[in-house]
Amino acid sequence: MAEHAQPYAVLAEFGTSERLIEAVRRIREQGFTNIDAFTPFPVEGLADALHFRDRKVPVATLLGGIAGGLIGFLMQAGVNLDYPLWIGGRPLIAVPAFIMITFELLVLGAVLAGIGTMFVANRLPRLNHPLFDAEDFRFESDDRFFLAIFADADFDRNEAGKALAALDPRAIIDVPGRPQR
Amino acid sequence: MKERSAEDRVTREVVRIPQHFPARRAWWACFAVALLLLGLFFVSVAVLFGHGPGIWGNNVPVSWGFPISNYVWWVGIGHAGTLISAMLLLLGQQWRNSLNRFAEAMTLFAVVCAGLYPILHLGRPWRFYWMAPYFNTMDVWPQFRSPLTWDFFAVLTYLIVSALFWFIGIIPDLASARDRATKRRWKIFFGLGAMGWRGSARHWHRWQQSYRLTAAIAVPLVVSVHSEISLLFASGPIPGWASTVFPPYFVLGAAFSGFAMVAMLAVWLRAMLGLKDLVTPHHLDMLGKLILATGLMTLYGYLAEAWTAAYAGKEELQTLLDRFSGPYSWSYWSAVLLNFVPLQLMWWGTMRRHPLVLFLVGLSAVIGMWLERYMLLVTSLYRDWLESSVGYFHATFWDWSLFAGTLGVFFTAFLLFIRFLPVISAFEIKEQLEEGRHG
Repeated sequence: MAEHAQPYAVLAEFGTSERLIEAVRRIREQGFTNIDAFTPFPVEGLADALHFRDRKVPVATLLGGIAGGLIGFLMQAGVNLDYPLWIGGRPLIAVPAFIMITFELLVLGAVLAGIGTMFVANRLPRLNHPLFDAEDFRFESDDRFFLAIFADADFDRNEAGKALAALDPRAIIDVPGRPQR
Repeated sequence: MKERSAEDRVTREVVRIPQHFPARRAWWACFAVALLLLGLFFVSVAVLFGHGPGIWGNNVPVSWGFPISNYVWWVGIGHAGTLISAMLLLLGQQWRNSLNRFAEAMTLFAVVCAGLYPILHLGRPWRFYWMAPYFNTMDVWPQFRSPLTWDFFAVLTYLIVSALFWFIGIIPDLASARDRATKRRWKIFFGLGAMGWRGSARHWHRWQQSYRLTAAIAVPLVVSVHSEISLLFASGPIPGWASTVFPPYFVLGAAFSGFAMVAMLAVWLRAMLGLKDLVTPHHLDMLGKLILATGLMTLYGYLAEAWTAAYAGKEELQTLLDRFSGPYSWSYWSAVLLNFVPLQLMWWGTMRRHPLVLFLVGLSAVIGMWLERYMLLVTSLYRDWLESSVGYFHATFWDWSLFAGTLGVFFTAFLLFIRFLPVISAFEIKEQLEEGRHG
């Protein structure tokens, strides 16, 4: 039954993060590029091994901070010009008094943009994912590190399976594909 | 293989707590008390809405009273959660991993309690949204040159940022709990919270960027929020308040009271939930050191403040003397006593590692800092410089009941948190164990 259905991915399970990183390096050298790794905690160096570089979050944080600060300051200045309150000859655009809210909105803009970008770029929330269909794929583990080769147009299950088996994994797991909608 | 079982134990120990709660009876006893206090909160607020702030002891000249001193106290407690979590993360202090989750939850609930106070203190609390700038038919705007408006933005920003920081930090552990859950209702509950987290390396990469950046921004945010609160006092021309030492003095006092609260919660949770392997004497030791350090800095603030007043002379000096020997001198000397005398026990390692001693020193500091906020507020206000404008502040029953009520708000939320969510950051401890294993 599963023979002719295209799987979603093939997973190889490793016992330590070093072995996973090593496996990622070797599988990339063999030309597999549509791959990802799954770990129970952030692993130093794994993104490098995957040649994954992404600066969306820091850039968004910076831009969000700049936008928040500008909006904060301009809002206060604009409001004071729109409805001038002349009290005791004090300046309308009172920069020292505006600094507090400018800073708070800078922080708010940076954090909302950074975390928002993290969620959007990660395509989260996504409560249902083909990986969750794999019998043995669970996130909670402490010592289980997965390497996944995703099925794409020129995917060959046997070839991928052989390449993974050569890495001496603890187990190889098929992630079943889903019927096309 | 030995380390592997250590990691496995961490997850089991932390993630099992909601589903196989170890101390049901103790939890229910605490929760019952918390619910009673929460009920008292609603009664106090209902009476307040019915009769107005006249039910409290504050009146001209002491127009601030409990609402503002408790507000400052609660925000201060909250700051320690962010500092422990964010500052120690950036400094690479991995022992923080056993404390940050519940310390951040403490921040969140303390800020909620704090935020309620200025709103309830408004004569017409239902119009609190007038603090927000929005287009309205009256064509008026908030006064952005007033510290009250700064306050609104500071607390709102702080609440949003600490909630998000706490949430993205808990997502991976919710995913662990989801995958360990056996009952359907737990699977759904944790599954929704985990948002489909599956530990992809790409996800982790972006997650780490946003977690660290948020931490880096949260530290100056704490400083700015509490400095801003001190400006509520310091930007007015009131003797005893108009002092440039106030922002750092307030921030350090806040950290001091907050670390004391974290220490108390750590001792309590450790005993109640049996977390002795995760919150070790080493953690208590570090907390004791933090309390000692911030406590001594606060002591320096006291000295600097007294020096400034003595140097300024006139009304400033008079206010200082009122604090030393006026009708509210009891609050000054109790604050000094409770803040700085038991604190000296923290010089000894055996005392810091002793849970009960640490708890009592923390309790003493928390009460002492509460008295300090009360003292700072009342002693500067009660004595104006005309004989006719001298008036004393006495807290009424409703002052106390609302304060006890906010404790109910805090503990109800906190108890629900420890009952239903992972109280300790399991994945960060696993990461730390892994790094320890490979040097």
